[in-house]
Amino acid sequence: MPEINTHIDESMLDGFTRLVTQEAIEGKTMLLNMGPQHPSTHGVLRLLLELDGEFVVNVIPDIGFLHTGVEKHMEYKTFEKAVVMTDRLDYLNNIGNNLVYCLAVEKLVDLDVPPRAQAIRVILTELQRIASHLVWLGTHALDLAAMSVFLYCFREREMILDIMEMCSGQRMMTSYFRPGGLWRDVPVEFEDAVRQFLRIFPARIDEYEALLTKNPLFIERTKHIGVLSAEDAMRWGVTGPSLRASGVAHDLRKVRPYSGYEQYEFDIPTHTDGDTYARYLVRMEEMRQSVRIVQQALDKLPYGPTRSNNRKFVPPPRSELGHSMEAVIHHFKLFTEGFPAPKGAVYVAVESPRGELGVYLEGDGGPKPYRIHWRTPSFANLQVLKLLAKGHLVADLVALIGTIDIVLGDVDR
Amino acid sequence: MGVEQKLGNMGIVTAKLEDVVNWARTKAMWPMLFGLACCAIEMMAAQASNYDMSRFGMELMRASPRQSDLMIVAGRVSRKMAPVLRRLYDQMPDPKWVIAMGDCSSCGGVFNNYAIVPGVDEVVPVDVYVAGCPPRPEGLIHGILTLHEKVRGQKLRDWA
Repeated sequence: MPEINTHIDESMLDGFTRLVTQEAIEGKTMLLNMGPQHPSTHGVLRLLLELDGEFVVNVIPDIGFLHTGVEKHMEYKTFEKAVVMTDRLDYLNNIGNNLVYCLAVEKLVDLDVPPRAQAIRVILTELQRIASHLVWLGTHALDLAAMSVFLYCFREREMILDIMEMCSGQRMMTSYFRPGGLWRDVPVEFEDAVRQFLRIFPARIDEYEALLTKNPLFIERTKHIGVLSAEDAMRWGVTGPSLRASGVAHDLRKVRPYSGYEQYEFDIPTHTDGDTYARYLVRMEEMRQSVRIVQQALDKLPYGPTRSNNRKFVPPPRSELGHSMEAVIHHFKLFTEGFPAPKGAVYVAVESPRGELGVYLEGDGGPKPYRIHWRTPSFANLQVLKLLAKGHLVADLVALIGTIDIVLGDVDR
Repeated sequence: MGVEQKLGNMGIVTAKLEDVVNWARTKAMWPMLFGLACCAIEMMAAQASNYDMSRFGMELMRASPRQSDLMIVAGRVSRKMAPVLRRLYDQMPDPKWVIAMGDCSSCGGVFNNYAIVPGVDEVVPVDVYVAGCPPRPEGLIHGILTLHEKVRGQKLRDWA
């Protein structure tokens, strides 16, 4: 029998000593690399796994493979131009990113938003939440080897993307919300398209549930996997559906309403099990609640302007440029210099599909943000993976990465 | 009108080796399952039911670079990711092709900053660039068909 070379160069392990246990250094447990190119890490996440046979002892996420420098980059753009960068942070929740950034700017400069714009913001944000949950459901089921759910989910997601494209001209990177309202009013076909979607979609949710909820294979892979207690969830700063599946009914749309969410009637779905299956059930119910919100918002959609009339911050409509010198001056000033923001800092948070999405925005009197920081839900939720995975099999990791619903653009920024 | 009329019943087809090999390469081109950012979502949409990339024989994504012929760089490539990307490319067996999907991987896109590689062609040789941020699924399919056209035109002397 050939002799196995067990000699390890000590200097190679220096970087690991603070990360892994002494057993791994001594070779009693195994270190395994997962990612950054792996089909089920939902992007470019690298996980350093410490394994005892098939069982996970420790998970150390290595992030930053998608670090984009968005926060720094936004400091070089005026407040209005920086909207474009927000789309690309959490690329499943583009509209929600637009919303929280615009809310922060509006709070900083004290800008009003007309009621019609607020209602349309709610409709599109909720549609985006459904689209994001559909991608989550499709990929989560795909990771657990249920291929057909993915195809169904993307079929419905295309309907939402068609609505987005109808409004903004782009399927994903819409940049549709601007400080003070919307880029422009929605087209006339908008209402019919949304109503068509609302007519079809509830039955489609039942269709997905028929495929998964009572599927013994799916239950076997998700029930009692990755149990997260309410105390742990709060201690690690977990928000969103993962927190609600642990029994804490915390939803920023109810706790700190924005954009007129207080006008709409909806429930916060919660569950007490805190496992992967509970998180699945909570997200499915959330889609139903989003349908309810969209229905109500569409029914009482007010008429009126879709952008604030404050000319110091919002460019005048094109029709005025031909006959008003003042309008031309405002237009020129806003697009060359941008509007100045007062000295001061604001923090605004909204409920994104993944949890609390917050923006800390600081102005220094100039037309550009002095500092902008994003409190992204995926970053906080990813930390809990270590806790969830401990003691489970390697194969369950795939389910756990899916269930915390991370978007790497949101983690790395 | 079928090919049998021209061939008779001999069961023999004569063709140039170049054509046959290139035809085989385009009809069974396996892309690597490798998503980076936003474009990866549109790549998934291109494989899903509405756009159905399997019409062009492209539905079989392989998670291992050892089994794939085509790398679709879908998304922005950060400085930290670039060495990983190069290593994945090196692990792919010849012949191999690269599609830079989207503005970020083509030229850096909107991210002209310290973190993003300004175009993936600084790291790996690119055959087809697909514009858009992100490109529509139709755009990606057009890029793939453009690549097929390029592969069909390859010459025997270039195979080496």
